[in-house]
Amino acid sequence: MRKAFLFAIAAAFVAIVIAGLLYFFLRPGPMPRQVNATETNATTQVINQGEYLARAGDCVACHTVPNGKPFSGGRAMATPFGNLYVPNITPDDETGIGKWNADEFYRMMHTGISRDGSLLYPAMPFASYTKVTRADSDAIFAYLMSVPPVRHENRKHELRFPFNKRELLIGWRTLYFKEGEYVADPKQSAQWNRGAYLVEGLGHCSMCHTAINALGGSKESQEFEGGMIPNQNWYAPSLTSNREAGLGHWEIKDIADLLQVGVSQRATVYGPMAEVVYNSLQYLSDDDATAMAVYLKSLPQRDAEAPPTSQARLVDPAKMELGRKIYEKQCAVCHGAEGKGFPPALPPLAGNQSITMASPVNSIRMVLNGGYPPGTKKNPKPHGMPPFSHILNDDEVAAVVTYIRVAWENSGTPVLPNQANELRKLLPE
Amino acid sequence: MAFVVASALHAAAGAQDHAVPAFSKVDSMEARVQGCVTCHGQAGQGTNSGYFPRIAGKPATYLYNQLVAFRDGTRSYAPMNYLVAYLPDAYLREMAEHYAKLRPPFSARTPPTVDPATLARGQALVVTGDPAKTIPACASCHGKGLSGMEPGIPGLVGLRQTYIVGQLTSWRVGERNAVEPDCMKRIVMRMSDADITAVAAWLSSQEAPSDPTPESSNLVRMPFACGSQR
Repeated sequence: MRKAFLFAIAAAFVAIVIAGLLYFFLRPGPMPRQVNATETNATTQVINQGEYLARAGDCVACHTVPNGKPFSGGRAMATPFGNLYVPNITPDDETGIGKWNADEFYRMMHTGISRDGSLLYPAMPFASYTKVTRADSDAIFAYLMSVPPVRHENRKHELRFPFNKRELLIGWRTLYFKEGEYVADPKQSAQWNRGAYLVEGLGHCSMCHTAINALGGSKESQEFEGGMIPNQNWYAPSLTSNREAGLGHWEIKDIADLLQVGVSQRATVYGPMAEVVYNSLQYLSDDDATAMAVYLKSLPQRDAEAPPTSQARLVDPAKMELGRKIYEKQCAVCHGAEGKGFPPALPPLAGNQSITMASPVNSIRMVLNGGYPPGTKKNPKPHGMPPFSHILNDDEVAAVVTYIRVAWENSGTPVLPNQANELRKLLPE
Repeated sequence: MAFVVASALHAAAGAQDHAVPAFSKVDSMEARVQGCVTCHGQAGQGTNSGYFPRIAGKPATYLYNQLVAFRDGTRSYAPMNYLVAYLPDAYLREMAEHYAKLRPPFSARTPPTVDPATLARGQALVVTGDPAKTIPACASCHGKGLSGMEPGIPGLVGLRQTYIVGQLTSWRVGERNAVEPDCMKRIVMRMSDADITAVAAWLSSQEAPSDPTPESSNLVRMPFACGSQR
């Protein structure tokens, strides 16, 4: 009896061991790793990359009406030659770019020639996008094909004669368009070249930061030298003059912050640049923002440019006193009695190049209309400046802007009441 | 430092000193919404200008809906469209909640400038409506005390005549809209110019209620369906 019991236990033990061994050797186990596992993700990777690049190119800003379906077009773009209506670039077969292929998309990006062979107006920044690589163009195309198609008929442009004749663009292209992908400068670092690729290519910074002439062209020799943005009436400062937004004296981090965060220790973005940061630059990786900063800081700086003469800087003492009084009452709480501000929340005015640069347009507009920097991932709750157009008359606006341009050793020149008056007539935008 | 300057300014400023920028701490909502104060006052109580409304104490969702509409361009007023153009939803919500919580004192009511008959017509429209024109009473949605109704209907007390006329008129011509079904649109299409003047004159001459808190939405059934109450 006892033997039988021991035998039963031994048998059970052996059975358990055998079952364990069988399980160990025969269990199904996890799925064997597939050799092409990364390949199944390739499409996703390309689309993700394309989305990132489309943001770096800020496609959505122009190709979407406010509150409209992304990329469905229709936004009116006021130009000195009449209104352009931006086309639908969703993959709708009839009204969008659903029937395009990657070759046609690349030709459009690279040469400014549309699928049907017509020449694009240079409001589409193909003069910058020509620098984009084929691989990046293909990724953007893949991303655009992946967004929901929207049926939305393109609206005809309303350009004045002779600008409505696309054939004339051949002349414009001869003068202002140079085709070619970005060529890396072997003398510079990989970081610098990445920054240059983004600034000169997808970023299309020169569209605003280079003066536009009467033919709507930007001269390469004046690249990044600043200019009024047509029909927006903001001044896009020079990126090469240390008297404007030249970045020669800036820390790399401050430049990268201004681009990606919207605020920095040195300055804050408002107006059209706030839109660029909101729609585009806030989505850049830290590496790419830093690369752009490195390249921008390296742009040739024109430090030698003579500051305004002391004659030009003479201010009527009564005007200065009026400006000081207004500053103390309305401005000092945020910008500090000494103009130092509380950066990055509230920008400094002392030593701020955007205050002292030759054009006072942006400062006057800020006093009249106030402004909020963009709410970004790294600065989701920016501090805002209130409008003063209903509180200060033209003389007072001129006086306070004059005051901030010359106080605290700022090197600006006085502003006239009629300059304030001209800008007061415009709608805030 | 900011506090010292702010207090000094506060003491020095004149009648409109609640419309001059001032705050006590840089990292605060109070400092962040200084962009609003020259038009809406430090505590959202409004300013001398008849076109800038009191925003304090209005339901948070109403204020949020307006901020989003200004940002997206579905409500048109260039200075506001410009200011909030690049602000994300979460921040606009926080701004709305900031002002919804505030209860600054009401400014002195403006004596009516219209004849007694007009004023009586205004009172009738606000309190009882006009059954002949199927115009419901303002009070049936904007609250018995006209302090608004959660979540999306604004209070009407503390608003000036020019502002009320401006809003009703722009609703009628289609410049201002609410979420569909747009109950306010249906109502204002039944109102004449004289009705609008009468309502605005009577409303702007009323004393502030002792409790300006918006009413709960569960107290009444709406006479017209309103998208903003869903």
